[in-house]
Amino acid sequence: MSKDFETVIGLEVHVELKTRSKIFCSCTNEFGAKPNTNVCPICSGFPGMLPVLNEQVVDYAIKSGLALNCEIADYCKFDRKNYFYPDLPKAYQISQYDLPVCKQGYLDIEVNGERKRIGITRAHLEEDAGKLVHQGTISSTTFSLVDLNRSGVPLLEIVSEPDLRSSQEARAYMEKLRSLLLFAGVSDCKMEEGSLRCDANVSVRPYGQEELGTRAEVKNLNSFKAMEKAIDYEVRRQIEAIEDGEEIIQETRTWEEERQITRSMRSKEEAHDYRYFPEPDLPPLRISREWVERILQSLPEMPEKARERLMEEYDLSEYDAHLLTLTPDYLAFFDECTLYYQDGKIISNWMMGELNKLLNQKNMDIAECRIKPAALADMLKLIDEGRISGKMAKDVFEEMFETGASPEKIIKEKGMEQISDEAALGTIIQEVIDKNPGVVDDYRNGKKKATGFLVGQVMQATKGQANPALVNKILAEKLNN
Amino acid sequence: MDLYELTLHELQEKLHNKQASSEEIVKAVFGRIKDVEAKIQAFITLDEEGALDKARKCDARGDFSSIAGIPYGLKDIICSQGMKTTCASKILENFVPFYDATVASRLKEAGGVLVGKLNMDEFAMGSSTEQSAFFPTRNPWDLDRVPGGSSGGSAAAVAACEIPFALGTDTGGSIRQPASFCGVVGLKPTYGRVSRYGVVAYASSLDQVGVFSREVRDCALVLNIIAGRDPLDSTCVDIEKPDYTEFLRDDIKGLKIGYPREYFQEGIAKGIKDTVKKALLKYEELGALVEEVSLPHSEYALPAYYLVAPAEASANLARFDGVRYGRRDFEAENVIQMFSSTRAAGFGDEVKMRIMLGTYALSSGYYDAYYLKALKVRRLIKNDFDKVFNDFDLIVSPTTPTTAFKLGEQTGDPLTLYMNDILTVPINMAGLPGMSIPCGFVDALPVGMQLIGKPFDEGTLIRAAYAFEQNTDYHTAKPDPGVM
Ligand SMILES: [Zn+2]
Repeated sequence: MSKDFETVIGLEVHVELKTRSKIFCSCTNEFGAKPNTNVCPICSGFPGMLPVLNEQVVDYAIKSGLALNCEIADYCKFDRKNYFYPDLPKAYQISQYDLPVCKQGYLDIEVNGERKRIGITRAHLEEDAGKLVHQGTISSTTFSLVDLNRSGVPLLEIVSEPDLRSSQEARAYMEKLRSLLLFAGVSDCKMEEGSLRCDANVSVRPYGQEELGTRAEVKNLNSFKAMEKAIDYEVRRQIEAIEDGEEIIQETRTWEEERQITRSMRSKEEAHDYRYFPEPDLPPLRISREWVERILQSLPEMPEKARERLMEEYDLSEYDAHLLTLTPDYLAFFDECTLYYQDGKIISNWMMGELNKLLNQKNMDIAECRIKPAALADMLKLIDEGRISGKMAKDVFEEMFETGASPEKIIKEKGMEQISDEAALGTIIQEVIDKNPGVVDDYRNGKKKATGFLVGQVMQATKGQANPALVNKILAEKLNN
Repeated sequence: MDLYELTLHELQEKLHNKQASSEEIVKAVFGRIKDVEAKIQAFITLDEEGALDKARKCDARGDFSSIAGIPYGLKDIICSQGMKTTCASKILENFVPFYDATVASRLKEAGGVLVGKLNMDEFAMGSSTEQSAFFPTRNPWDLDRVPGGSSGGSAAAVAACEIPFALGTDTGGSIRQPASFCGVVGLKPTYGRVSRYGVVAYASSLDQVGVFSREVRDCALVLNIIAGRDPLDSTCVDIEKPDYTEFLRDDIKGLKIGYPREYFQEGIAKGIKDTVKKALLKYEELGALVEEVSLPHSEYALPAYYLVAPAEASANLARFDGVRYGRRDFEAENVIQMFSSTRAAGFGDEVKMRIMLGTYALSSGYYDAYYLKALKVRRLIKNDFDKVFNDFDLIVSPTTPTTAFKLGEQTGDPLTLYMNDILTVPINMAGLPGMSIPCGFVDALPVGMQLIGKPFDEGTLIRAAYAFEQNTDYHTAKPDPGVM
């Protein structure tokens, strides 16, 4: 990146709220149902149908606003955003134009050890559109099908200030936003399922220039990685253009994953005139301070609070505490585990280490994990009791991950239990000593390292199940007698 | 008297006293329809079989409470489950809703027998029913004349004794104006009094469903059924609903009536002004206090209406795109072409004009100058009424500037046609209840008197209308479509 230019990014994030029903009708709000099964005359825009606002949607909007330190409007309204598209049944989207439900919030990100506050301009409610299913590609298809399951799913559009200065910061913002919304319990924030979507407004300007450069809005960012790459590409493109003496034009661009470039979709002149006007079918929404207070009381512990708590209670590093509080499921796993096992640090190590490794390998979510927190605690206790070694524990853990069986059952069935029986070990050790008189002599002549070979022989004889601490102790006793 | 000539409450009595069965009534009504419909053309759809079936079921049950067993019609903008609902438009020519509008289901649950769907100006845009995409309806008092609009079919059918009552919708006068032209009672309730769920929207902030009947009592009976909160319509207000028949008292002593200077000015036919003034004398005679009042912003109501209504219509009618229901151009090469050719062929000229007008008014750069300004005018109009209602119970005016005009007379110039609404539009802009009742004749054509009430005070309208009706006999005059 050229060092003469500063990157300026603002993000517009659409979050699907996981309310039970849609925003303006009673259809079920779920992902992945058969096409056009969660539809009714209202969300498919039949003649004479009217919207009725789902109160839970407002609850969730307030929750999100509070999680993002926003001001919750006591008076807001809905507007119609008009445009024709086959997946938009009414040919207008009910949205909020000038009076959004939440405004003026912020969230804190951390990049390279530095903390930064990113402003949130507003968050407003709107309904999602359906989706088109093309037969083949969009250019070769002879017809398209419309699936309206998603039509009327509640969305919260969260608009940031242009406070982000790199793709890295943009990613940190997205991760933090996701974490906050997950903790607030308002969305499952799955980019791959489209419940979290993001458009980036990207511009560059010479360092020191107050005025913002002309921006391009980049769409179709389907993953954090795509977002980072698209922003980096776009910044490069704009700087190169400026350096070549070209003028940046305000336009909408789309990220092409296959070609790894952004491509112009339409210029400002071609931009839609959405002809916003107040939605006459919905009275203005008044949100009492009691309502906000009630939601505030119901808001669960937010990640920053949880992080402080973990550092204080379990003496965890800030880094570990941060990782444990990335998602509420992760934190819940940890917290539950501490009910059965006292040492948070050890739990954290296992979660950061083995558990993460396996989850990543299988591309799984902790919520889908077959190891339950109590089972991890049981396993850790087995280590403490000396019934398995730390090394064996990794195998046990892997087995637990695969089968969901209890650690007790696994070590029984696989005969993995550590031999901690002093008499039994004594016999084996004596046999090893008897078989290796030379090595024993070396030891007694001062070659202390010779024990290593003897321990190895004991382990071989016990297929690694001997309790190493006990072996060392008994061997020392026998050799020194 | 033949059964078809009886009013709703008279039919109730017949049924109660077992002097007639619902089947006999429905048969009589269809007999009448067969006699006069060819000339009146009030109905787009008729369902004789369904109506007779329902009537027989009513008879078998023997429960004649409410409107059980009594036939009625719905303006074809009100969705009726299993029965075509066309909005008198080609774009919905074959549209059969699988749901009932709330008003339709309330009448159905009360036992009413739906006879058919009534003609109108396409999507309720018009004042003569000539804008129907199918055929014009005729005024039963003079078949060369229009019945008014947009609920012209409803008004004509009730006036011609084809049905005892009907529902219509009123956005800028679409119930009161045709009621006036056809010499029947027409009530537009307060905005928010009656659910709009299932009523195809023209201008959502102005539309309201109301009643046509031949007598005031019938209007109160039907309002009792259709009014009241509906969880499916957020603009339908949860306000206590009185029993409207309790206002049917022949007593208006002390009632304070204002008549607005601005509603009796030039542009209003002299015969009409005189007729309504005579009616005001009648009110005085009956003990009301009648005084002139002023609604100074009245002249701005019409231009503001023609911004607000088309703007909302441009969005409301955008859903007719051929994707999910209604007409579609299957020949189109791509989706944009499908949208435009479907709509080009499906909508009539008046509808297209209003969509364009509204689209323009909402366009970026024009919004503040047009739509926003119109909303401000709306507020001023509402304030005018509020001020008068501080001192008066009721406002009375003519309903229309003229009596029914001839077919084709006003199709050339939309502005002349729009002037028909000049006395009714302000009431919609202010969201108030309004009613038109017969108050005399000019050249053998009915004249309507408009009663305007405070918000949610339909009771006072009914009380004043009833008192006038009980002390005059205009409502007993019946047209003779010259068929027998
Ligand atoms: Zn639905």
